[in-house]
Amino acid sequence: MGILEKHAVLEKSPTLLFVFSLVVVTIGGIVEIAPLFWLENTIEEVEGVRPYTPLELTGRDIYVREGCYTCHSQMIRPMRDEVERYGHYSLAAESMYDHPHQWGSKRTGPDLARVGQRYSDAWHVDHLIDPQSVVPESIMPKYGFLANTEIEGEHIEALLSTHRFVGVPYTDEMIEQASADFMVQVDPFGDWDGLVERYPGAAVSNFDGQPELTEMDALIAYLQVLGTMVDFSTFTPDASR
Amino acid sequence: MSERKVDEETGVETTGHSWDGIEELNNPLPRWWLWTLYACIVWAIAYTVAYPAWPMISGATTGMLGFSTRAQVAEDIVQHEAKNEALVAELVAADLTTLPPSSDLHRYAVARGGSVFRAQCSQCHGSGAAGAVGYPNLLDNDWLWGGDIESISATITHGVRNETDLDARYSEMPAYGDIFAEEEIGAVVEYVTSLSSSEFDADLAQAGSELFLDNCAACHGDEGLGDQFLGAPNLADAIWLYGGDRDALTETVTNARFGVMPAWGQRLSDVDVRAVSVYVHALGGGE
Repeated sequence: MGILEKHAVLEKSPTLLFVFSLVVVTIGGIVEIAPLFWLENTIEEVEGVRPYTPLELTGRDIYVREGCYTCHSQMIRPMRDEVERYGHYSLAAESMYDHPHQWGSKRTGPDLARVGQRYSDAWHVDHLIDPQSVVPESIMPKYGFLANTEIEGEHIEALLSTHRFVGVPYTDEMIEQASADFMVQVDPFGDWDGLVERYPGAAVSNFDGQPELTEMDALIAYLQVLGTMVDFSTFTPDASR
Repeated sequence: MSERKVDEETGVETTGHSWDGIEELNNPLPRWWLWTLYACIVWAIAYTVAYPAWPMISGATTGMLGFSTRAQVAEDIVQHEAKNEALVAELVAADLTTLPPSSDLHRYAVARGGSVFRAQCSQCHGSGAAGAVGYPNLLDNDWLWGGDIESISATITHGVRNETDLDARYSEMPAYGDIFAEEEIGAVVEYVTSLSSSEFDADLAQAGSELFLDNCAACHGDEGLGDQFLGAPNLADAIWLYGGDRDALTETVTNARFGVMPAWGQRLSDVDVRAVSVYVHALGGGE
């Protein structure tokens, strides 16, 4: 009677079966998940990736709320045709401050990992209000209501704090200034020096072209930063990754 | 689990389980199935040895074959580029103003430029380059910033009114809503309408003509023919970027327009900018 025949013991006791199933799943989990926390090459170091500004982060929430990820991926795979169409393949570091990441797996529409600065703000406004007005063959729904929904960022400090809680390096200063940074990013005539100092490369613009601060502003601010943070002229890919 | 029980009828060992006297035969698995299973296990082990697989303390095993997705895509790009190397070198060195339209190089540039256009430019200018409201039609011979190959190439390289390229094409019409009274805007709109249409109010247009000469002619010209150096559109033809009816013109005069195009020189390679310039030039309106 070898060890293989002992399984009858487990099969006849639900409690034992549960405990040992848990042991097996735990081993699988440890092997798959635990190394990610210390493997040095999980996320390579690249220059330029910064946390999202308060407005961009709000836009990202709108992106998630509207389910944009169900049709748009944010993951350029390392294949020649994708690199030619969308730009440099995505790096893990580019989504290290995304909670949760928006890689997605379904492309009804194009990949958006590098859509930032590729079109003008006005194009995004036209396109979100009526996608078919600029891309007649598109089947994307209309999102014009975003331009009518004003926002004031009432929970913006809490939003940043939550992201800090899960590991995004927002400083105390960033959280203190969150509300002001939120407002000033849509005001090119405002005092946005502090914003750009805290978030290098942040685009300051009246994104939706209206005087009010709307969800459209936030979403376009987010779209315009996608894939623009890493300076690929200083990036050398490590082939071992 | 005591002694082995054998079914008398078949001579096969039973599992020992019995339900109302019915017992289960413990037939061995078919050999072919078992060997397939063992082969799969051996394959899986060999696979994880040959390819990157196991997470270790500070990195993962790299595999005996030294496979890397990144190396593969880099090699793929190099191989593909090598196929066009000669044509690319020729295109980068060529003087586009004298490129003969029937040459192989021109055909290559148009084909390459077409694929760049469809991937990068079609979202605004349309997949057939016919444009949309606010995004110029590139098929006609009406050009805002010039339609010769060098002007087209400069517009693509530096873009229009963007903040990322200091050499971007730049012009800004004032918003006359802050300057003119409502009736004055109506008069100017009527005069501009009269430049390209036969249906207009002659008295109102006459009143608008003076305002036009004083305020608009500096850029758009006395005849409203525009100025490509200043990026001022021709107002005397029936081609309109933002619409030519009175409502659209009133909106344009009141709030002005500020169309932006990204600087593609910062995103595309030199050869791609040249190719897409040749493509746009060859669409029909190139000068």
